[in-house]
Amino acid sequence: MNITPVWAIFIGSIFTNNILFASFLGMCSFLVCSNKIDTALGLGSAVVFVMFCTTILNYVLYYYLLVPLKLEFLGFLIFIAVIAAFVQFVEMFVERFSPDLYYALGIFLPLITVNCAILGAALFMVIRKYNFVQSTFYGLGAGLGWALAIVLMAGLREKMGYSNVPTPLRGTGVVMMVAGVIAMAFMGFAGMLNIQ
Amino acid sequence: MSMIILSVAVMTGIFVALSLLLILAGRYLANYGTCTIVVNAGAAAFELPGGGTLLKALYDKKIFIPSACGGKGSCGYCKVTVSSGGGPILPTETPFMSRAELRAGTRLACQVKVKQNLEIQFSEVYLSVKEFRGRLSRVRPLTHDIKELTIELIEPAQIGFRPGQYVQIQAPSPDGVIFRAYSISSPIFQSDRIQLVVRLVPGGIASTFLHSLSEGQELFFTGPYGDFKLSEDPNVAVVCVGGGAGMAPINSIIHSLYRKWPERSCYLFFGCRSNRDVFYLDTFQALAREHPSFKVVYALSDPLAAEEQWQGDTGFIHLSADRRLEVNSKRQAFLCGPPPMIEAVTEILTSKGLRMEDIFYDKF
Repeated sequence: MNITPVWAIFIGSIFTNNILFASFLGMCSFLVCSNKIDTALGLGSAVVFVMFCTTILNYVLYYYLLVPLKLEFLGFLIFIAVIAAFVQFVEMFVERFSPDLYYALGIFLPLITVNCAILGAALFMVIRKYNFVQSTFYGLGAGLGWALAIVLMAGLREKMGYSNVPTPLRGTGVVMMVAGVIAMAFMGFAGMLNIQ
Repeated sequence: MSMIILSVAVMTGIFVALSLLLILAGRYLANYGTCTIVVNAGAAAFELPGGGTLLKALYDKKIFIPSACGGKGSCGYCKVTVSSGGGPILPTETPFMSRAELRAGTRLACQVKVKQNLEIQFSEVYLSVKEFRGRLSRVRPLTHDIKELTIELIEPAQIGFRPGQYVQIQAPSPDGVIFRAYSISSPIFQSDRIQLVVRLVPGGIASTFLHSLSEGQELFFTGPYGDFKLSEDPNVAVVCVGGGAGMAPINSIIHSLYRKWPERSCYLFFGCRSNRDVFYLDTFQALAREHPSFKVVYALSDPLAAEEQWQGDTGFIHLSADRRLEVNSKRQAFLCGPPPMIEAVTEILTSKGLRMEDIFYDKF
């Protein structure tokens, strides 16, 4: 049982314990898709949606199926399968009912299947022993935090396009350094609100 | 023990449930009903169940849009113009499009999904493209790395094409079937078979496959494709410039041309590295003795070795063309060879008065 209030989990998962800057999860798509704000927003919103829904789904499966049967060790496999299937489902759903959103998100949705932040959120939910409401808000908050991180980075990278970056650091190198600096800034909040 | 059975049962149950959900979703969500595709403002129209890609839909209707990669969006050959119903262009397509093509609504057929009624346009040449089954009837080595392959047609038994057009040969690869373009080397009056001139490219999938075939084996191809268009006016002179396996379309053009217009003026410039790359020279010299208006120039670009004998030109082929061609704007040019050669020759030809629309080329 975790006694952290829900609002603290929500705010904390966005800022102080940002899943990207504190745990450095979901780095691959973060590095690749943070060139333009538009792209980052598209991928970010897709992650928010998928993370929110899969955390709920995984919570239900874990606590109402695996725990009663004492099969907690299957968590990893089940989580991944649920995420992959859910992403497929969402892709079909969005393609059918909102072609505009599909074209905005379309190519990012399959990428999300392999975004480790999504699996990370499901695993944190279990490790930190969140209850259902806490998990729901944690999923939403962690997704928003990831989206915030990639949009911030995209904004900086758009500006960095005009600056004179030393040749060996161009591309991923300088992005990693900037990510480190932002991570330190985010950790500055950690004293105010530290969720576990 | 019961633990193992239970966990297997749970895993299986969840996976089956997820798969069922996806199958149901696929059936009800990805069901787009029947869509109508109208081609070239009514030249052809057909109905089909939606959901697949446009390339696949056309393929099922026996319309063979050229595609070398088999629909993965990596070759950029399957360009068609979609005037309605295609949705916005995808990021997977933009790298293959010029600005003019983006404005015109050009799309890659393998990336367009059929979800509603479509209106599309493409070159009407594709409407006459068929799928052929043939048997390799003769393999003749021309040089150390070039083979001439003769393919007898089985089904359909005849092929009609314009000189200089190409076919797409189907070849197996580790990632499934791929298609590669090869120009037809035989003349157009030979309609029951085609000949190809294939250079073995180290590591090349299709050329390795074709070189490994032996006589009697069957293969599949689609065709004819290509926008080479020999002028029907006998007063228009022709110049053909080629290198290596670029001989194929040129061979077809020259032999087809002298069957129909024995007096028509034609130059052939063919570039080789050294003596061991030379082929078809005897045939062309014989043709030149028959038709005085036909001039053959072969040039070797490598310096001659100590014992090597050579009576023709030396140096790069565009220099030979520069020396021999007089200024004449009533001329068509057909070029086939490596990109630097094409660029150098195009420059020479425009300086000799040719317009860009009279220069046809195949870079490879």
